[in-house]
Amino acid sequence: MTDVVATNETILVVGGGVSGMTTALEAAEAGKQVILVEKRPYVGGRITQLHKYFPKLCFPTCGLEINQRRTKQNPNITVLTMAEVASLTGSEGDYSATIKISPRYVNENCTACGACEDAVEAEFDDEYNYGLSKHKGAYRAHRMAYPERYVIEPAMIGTADADKAKEACKFGAIDLDMQEETVELKVGAVVYATGWRPYDANKIQPYGYDRYQNVITSVEFERMNDPMGPTGGKILRPSDGKEAKDIAFIQCAGSRDRNYLKHCSRICCMASLKQTTYATDAGAKSTIYYIDIRAIDRFEDFYKKVQADENVTFIKSKVANITLDNETQNPVLQGVDTEGYNRYATPHELVVLAVGMEPSIDASTLPEGVSINEHGFIENDGTNGGIFAAGCASDALDVNRAVQSATACALKAIQVVNRVAGSEG
Amino acid sequence: MSNLNNQMVNKYRNDFLKEVEANVEEGDWVKMCMQCGVCAGSCPMGPYWDHPPQEIFMMIRAGKREEVLSSTSMWMCTSCYNCIARCPRELPITHIMHGLAHYGKRLGIAPKNQPTLKFSQKFWDNLMTNGRVNELKLGIALYFIDGFVQGIKNALAASGIGLGMFKAKRLDPMEILGGHSVKDKSGLKAMIKKAQEIEEARISGNQ
Repeated sequence: MTDVVATNETILVVGGGVSGMTTALEAAEAGKQVILVEKRPYVGGRITQLHKYFPKLCFPTCGLEINQRRTKQNPNITVLTMAEVASLTGSEGDYSATIKISPRYVNENCTACGACEDAVEAEFDDEYNYGLSKHKGAYRAHRMAYPERYVIEPAMIGTADADKAKEACKFGAIDLDMQEETVELKVGAVVYATGWRPYDANKIQPYGYDRYQNVITSVEFERMNDPMGPTGGKILRPSDGKEAKDIAFIQCAGSRDRNYLKHCSRICCMASLKQTTYATDAGAKSTIYYIDIRAIDRFEDFYKKVQADENVTFIKSKVANITLDNETQNPVLQGVDTEGYNRYATPHELVVLAVGMEPSIDASTLPEGVSINEHGFIENDGTNGGIFAAGCASDALDVNRAVQSATACALKAIQVVNRVAGSEG
Repeated sequence: MSNLNNQMVNKYRNDFLKEVEANVEEGDWVKMCMQCGVCAGSCPMGPYWDHPPQEIFMMIRAGKREEVLSSTSMWMCTSCYNCIARCPRELPITHIMHGLAHYGKRLGIAPKNQPTLKFSQKFWDNLMTNGRVNELKLGIALYFIDGFVQGIKNALAASGIGLGMFKAKRLDPMEILGGHSVKDKSGLKAMIKKAQEIEEARISGNQ
């Protein structure tokens, strides 16, 4: 049984990505009790799936390690993974939360030795790699996953494969009888840091993501470039596994379009500029099709640097549609550019859709009365009481701005629980 | 140049965008274009236009009045609505194209020998005679749009289709004599006259 102590001076943080971790750490390091609830089996969220950060091109693993260490060392934080908020009621300083914890089938005896993974045969689509690879029925999502414990796929339960995993474990860590648990908590303030998800590229029908193998999304491209990723760090065409040497990036794939996402997703311009550096490093040429490049303030320097790269071409045009050259399986980009109004039909070996950001959770699952804007993000306004939104739960933000927003939310949440403490003397 | 055209030139001077906003159907949407190019790329007739919609919008903002209004481009629109469906900003592009074509025609500076313009005029004249389209007469008028000899050639080439339509009771040869009409022809004409008066008043109010 999971034992969690919480009072109305406790802060509940929903979502353990970089924003949730930041809010939790800032509040905990200020001496507050924090419960961090994460849906995935590990913390870190989508930054764990990034190869490099813009604009410094440093690795997210660095900051992740620091944050994981801070979390591990801080007795004020309780991390609940594979956990979701089933319901939240109450008012500022006095919320009741019901947390549903899914069974991991692996207990804290796990040493992450990997014997169970070696023992089992069944494979499942790896969500961590956006389905570009498979993982075993007993798996660890990625090499730095924290908590450092394996997970068993629910579909394995009751199969002989699961028994093999149990037999292989020398530490008695596998508990196939583990059940879903429900935990009731009293908390004073709640910070939603539920993050974002990539916009479903299948909805952008003219681009044929569902029809053409060599049209992929920016998040998939990012996974490809990870040396530990599904292609071992190589940029490979899904159709024939050959290295792509001519890559097109389509900006605003789903963003700034009233047919899809009305808002600008803010990160995609910089993400694509960053990804051209991966292509250049791999000896490939890049072409960016864009409406306008939104590289704000200090990012302008990075944009200038990429513009100076002779391997990168910029075409001012939103691609109208993509057709397929059947022989080469090259997607052919069709459109008219804005600098001269020239009609083009240009084949590329690989096309990367810079997909937009949308809120990862459906607004209808949020507690009643929480203010939601027209794009589905949580609006931080006074009527939300002791509920705050950090990072991409509040807007489409890059990591830098998400962390700023998360720090601000920690302060807001601390003010709420301090008021509770003050009134209770 | 028509009198109305001169009046409009004097009134709006260098601000063609303002003129379009005030006088062209859905013209106030033009400024919303962000020049992404999806309309131009999505247009099935795109390769045959002198200026795709995206360029037309930029030309309007640049004050290229003569080039826009006397262009054949807007007359190439087939009303497939692909551009409206795909425009990220939901501009009613098809309607704006028709509005520009119509405004150019009203000012008397639309291209004289553009086939769509000629056909549109024939369609309108045909419709206004009886309040119903006389398909036989319209078809014949269309055959002879490029002269008598070409008309005979066109008619012969399409005779099989005509015969098939006659057999399927889709073409009545008796329509050549007057043809069917609406019940209240004078009522319809009065209605159209009133509508034209209202529009004239609106345009002259803008002068």
